[in-house]
Amino acid sequence: MSTNIHLQVEDFDVAEEIDALTREQPAAIGAVATFTGYVRSDDGLTALTLEHYPGMTEREIGRIAAAAEKRWPLSGVTIIHRVGRLKVGERIVLVAVASSHRAAAFAACEFLMDYLKTKAPFWKQEERGGDAHWVEAKTSDDAAAERWRKS
Amino acid sequence: MNVLYFAWVRQKIGHSEETIAHTPELRTVGDLANMLAARGGGYGEAFADRKRLRAAVNQIHAGFDAAIAAGDEIAFFPPVTGG
Repeated sequence: MSTNIHLQVEDFDVAEEIDALTREQPAAIGAVATFTGYVRSDDGLTALTLEHYPGMTEREIGRIAAAAEKRWPLSGVTIIHRVGRLKVGERIVLVAVASSHRAAAFAACEFLMDYLKTKAPFWKQEERGGDAHWVEAKTSDDAAAERWRKS
Repeated sequence: MNVLYFAWVRQKIGHSEETIAHTPELRTVGDLANMLAARGGGYGEAFADRKRLRAAVNQIHAGFDAAIAAGDEIAFFPPVTGG
């Protein structure tokens, strides 16, 4: 399986990333599922700043991708997470999963996103007007990741 | 040991990284957290409520009972909020 992990300030092009993922094994891939996360304007939010732990963040995402590969027959995974300051409407994260069949691609995409939210060291600071405050972790995100342990 | 802080932990403490000499009393992540909390000020605030903190040893998530040794990289941070 090819695993592409990128932490970057720059935006990404979803179509280009899908093309790059499918180009590697065109005969084996029957499905690509993608998830794109955006900065949403909640309660007057104007921007987010994402901090990460250089080194650990890449390793942790690598571990999550390896866990997905063990669980489903995957041909390739691309995970791009942006860092730095992002305004409302900007893309934050991309998870793209290629597999021979759709069921594995859908499931692995959701699994990767749930684990990214709860395991990968990223921290969001929200800006509203002149104020900035750190986002608290949600128990609903923990519950979303936890359900994969049972099935 | 190299000790790293992220997000509001970093902001309360006032810097992102420091070197702390390992001593025999510092057996676990929790021992180090107690030692840092005892410094008071921003450290006291950052380590006031351990339930709000997470840790990593050598870039792997670790509990406060995890063992630490000279040369380790230890990080303290809030629960993660990416994605």
